[in-house]
Amino acid sequence: MSQARHPGLKLGHEHDPGSGEVEALVFGFWIFMMSDLLIFGCVFATYVVMLPQVADGPSAAELFHLRGPLIETTLLLASSVTIGFALLETKHRADKRRTTLWLAVTFLLGAGFLFSSTHSLLGHLENGAGPSRSAFLSAYWLLVPLHALHVAIGCLWIAVAAAQVRIRGFDWVTTGGLLRLSIYWHFLDIVWIGILSVVYLGAMI
Amino acid sequence: MSLTDFIDALTGRMTLEALPFWKMVQNPTPENIVNGAIATGVAAILVLAAIAVLALLTYFRLWRTVWFDWLTTVDHKKIGIMYIVLSFVMMLRGVVEANFMRANQAVGFDGGFLSADHFGELFTTHGTIMIFFVAMPFLSGVINYVLPLQIGARDMSFPVTNAIGLALTASGAMLVMASLLFLPFSIGGWTGYPPFTGKEYSPDVGPNYWIWAVTLSGLGTTLTGINVACTVYKKRCPGMDFWKMPMFVWASVTTAILMIFALPPLTVATAMLALDRYLDFHFFTTDAGGIPMLYANLFWLFGHPEVYILVLPAFGVWSEVFATFSGKTLYAYRTLVWATLSIAVISFLVWVHHFFTMGQSAGMNAVFGIATMLVGVPTGVKIYDWLLTMYRGRVRITTPMVYALGFVMLFVIGGASGILLANPTIDYQVHNSVFLVAHFHNMVIPGTLFGMLGAYSFWFPKAFGFMLDDWWGKLGASLWIVGFMLAFFPLYAVGLLGLPRRSVAYSEAAYTPYTVVAMLGALVVLAALGAMFWQLYVSIRNRDALNVYAGDPWDGRTLEWSISSPPPVYNFAVGPEVFARDAFWEEKRAGHAYQIPDQWEDIELPANSWLAPILFFSSFTLTFGLVWHMWWLVILSLLVVVGALVARSFVIDRERTIPADVVREEHLRWLKAVREAPSAPRELEVAPGNWGRPQSEAGVPE
Ligand code: HEM
Ligand SMILES: [Cu+2]
Repeated sequence: MSQARHPGLKLGHEHDPGSGEVEALVFGFWIFMMSDLLIFGCVFATYVVMLPQVADGPSAAELFHLRGPLIETTLLLASSVTIGFALLETKHRADKRRTTLWLAVTFLLGAGFLFSSTHSLLGHLENGAGPSRSAFLSAYWLLVPLHALHVAIGCLWIAVAAAQVRIRGFDWVTTGGLLRLSIYWHFLDIVWIGILSVVYLGAMI
Repeated sequence: MSLTDFIDALTGRMTLEALPFWKMVQNPTPENIVNGAIATGVAAILVLAAIAVLALLTYFRLWRTVWFDWLTTVDHKKIGIMYIVLSFVMMLRGVVEANFMRANQAVGFDGGFLSADHFGELFTTHGTIMIFFVAMPFLSGVINYVLPLQIGARDMSFPVTNAIGLALTASGAMLVMASLLFLPFSIGGWTGYPPFTGKEYSPDVGPNYWIWAVTLSGLGTTLTGINVACTVYKKRCPGMDFWKMPMFVWASVTTAILMIFALPPLTVATAMLALDRYLDFHFFTTDAGGIPMLYANLFWLFGHPEVYILVLPAFGVWSEVFATFSGKTLYAYRTLVWATLSIAVISFLVWVHHFFTMGQSAGMNAVFGIATMLVGVPTGVKIYDWLLTMYRGRVRITTPMVYALGFVMLFVIGGASGILLANPTIDYQVHNSVFLVAHFHNMVIPGTLFGMLGAYSFWFPKAFGFMLDDWWGKLGASLWIVGFMLAFFPLYAVGLLGLPRRSVAYSEAAYTPYTVVAMLGALVVLAALGAMFWQLYVSIRNRDALNVYAGDPWDGRTLEWSISSPPPVYNFAVGPEVFARDAFWEEKRAGHAYQIPDQWEDIELPANSWLAPILFFSSFTLTFGLVWHMWWLVILSLLVVVGALVARSFVIDRERTIPADVVREEHLRWLKAVREAPSAPRELEVAPGNWGRPQSEAGVPE
């Protein structure tokens, strides 16, 4: 069972003292992501069930436009690329400055995403499309902010990870952390694609 | 801000009415006095018990031990023990509550002595506690203790996460306890169905307690599930492929997978209910398009797999117990594995049977009814496997075996009543009656609870190095069996006669004889608990005579019996390698047990961590603040939680090393003790004089 195998970049060397630990940590984290995915699964299912439950409020088609979500999609997809660069730097150069730089860019893109999505949520609130208006809007206000909350936690994590790289350099604890951070970040991308398709594109049909 | 504003912000929604005696003092009607006196008495007992514990710890100067050896530990064995202690404490409360309910119903013809609200709180806390804070911690504790030993590992994959899982579960339990001092708890049942638990119909804080207690327990359980699954995948010792894992390990990993898949729907359901209550969302309300049935679906999408989370570890325990005390290898091991896995899969396909009467089509009901009956097949297979394990074995009746035999007989009866209920046409007649109460207690007490108590009697000598007194143990087990039958068999009958569940009172005199017998049964169960506590006391007193330091009191088959009792912190002086399923048994048969290793190495263990106790306190204050809308407390606690997690990620030194010399010395001392221990024939197994060194039956032809 010494064969270290997991999907994702291999950041350390085969015979690093901590490689077994990282291996288990990453595997455990995949399972954790799976359970988080189930949470989103239940929330997506709720959203779909609630689509017709608009009461006297606006429906999805009346409410949503594609401009904001497309900007958010661009920001988030770009941030997945930049976090990938951060990991490549870690693997090939182990250069603290470059890795943290890419992490900083990722952080900014994430913050931009949060800004844009908060902006549109506040807009809905002003138009009387808050969560109390109808069951449909409740479901919307669960799904999209839940994802945004994940992004916010991800941003905090990026900041902490960057600080660790600066302070500790690239030992197996920080590189293992970076690996899990990137899994998490890509996961948020996938969930977002789900939101874009089900919520926003779905509303256009 | 004026003073009153300030106090309001400080206390949130808490007023003097939260105190258990307030209503009785303000409005002393007879009913209020009876209920208030009971609530106040219980609260007083709780406070006194807490003070007594604190005082004793101070008097015996145990605080350092408590902090360094227990609260901050990440050792899977100690975490396991703490889980089980928590479970016993909560069990005491759950059984006492059950006795109050049974007493009330025994005199419930035209009104008992409890108010409807008080009765409602009792069945809600009883159900919630028994499921989330008795059964779940017990099985998590047993898995934690036993599993790493059985797979030859030094610890779980994520020791700190393990401690956090316990911390979250314990703070959930503490929240339920706090509701004894600051009333009220929910009266919405352990299922917490909206719209009743929504804010329109339950504007008080009761359901908040329920929501956060269950959420904490659910998060802790998810972490445990991830940890167990990862441990089984990654930490098995060399040679232990999947088909050499002990059956208990199979049961545990299947349970873990169920935990990972089943808990998310519960988390989502309680979170949505919380949003409805706190932020005026409309998921489950009756207006604005809310769909209360969605809650029922989500809850039981969790709830049905949950009952298999409860029972599968017990099945694992039985597999070990029957094999060990029959001196035979488990019959049809592979079949049992497949049966376990099929149960896990089917358990996700049957949830609708919990609400056959709530409006879906007859066709839908038929599909789910048939799926439900299918579960009986793999379960039946298991029962036969256990019986055939005993067949032609030299069966020894020890305390774990008394539980096991009680289980086999009673569980089959409970299963049969389940098959009846799986038929929607029958369910229409008896649903929501105490027939159902009889059915699920018939599964969960002989199944889960006996399994856990059997595990406790079976592995206690491993954990503490001395046997539990057998006579008191058998008395306790017999009282459990008899008490269970008295308490619940009458409910089948009176359920068919029509007594609805959750009834504080009834108007049919014919019910009374049954409820009286059921009350006697509950008293017998209370006596069973008493016998168990007395057994513990007697055994601790006689611990020198009952000593089994040599480690193998039951002529065991798997790796945990191949080391000393109690095991050293690092479990195995030298990592074991296995060549057979009954690894230790085969070693004994071949005469290879207890060999002196020729190499010793330093052992690295994870160091203690402050994280779990910090999260324990802060998640309690966080949820307590949420219950009572004390927002300052919520914000403060959140800051502590996040701060602690971030700070922890910067902690560098996380290992401590046990030098090879120390390991060598400890191990040789133990081997010497093994050699010097008189080896006991099986007739002396349960008597003082066992010493943990059996005249093994391994090698004697089966
Ligand atoms: C030890 C002996 C026990 C006794 C005497 C007992 C008694 C009772 C009684 C009187 C009720 C209320 C029945 C009603 O609604 O009319 C009840 C409900 C319940 N019990 Fe037990 N019980 C025992 C053990 C357990 C255990 C071990 C579990 C689970 C592990 C459990 C889980 C439940 C649940 C889930 C409910 C339903 C609560 C609700 O209605 O929401 N009980 N029990
Ligand atoms: Cu079920």
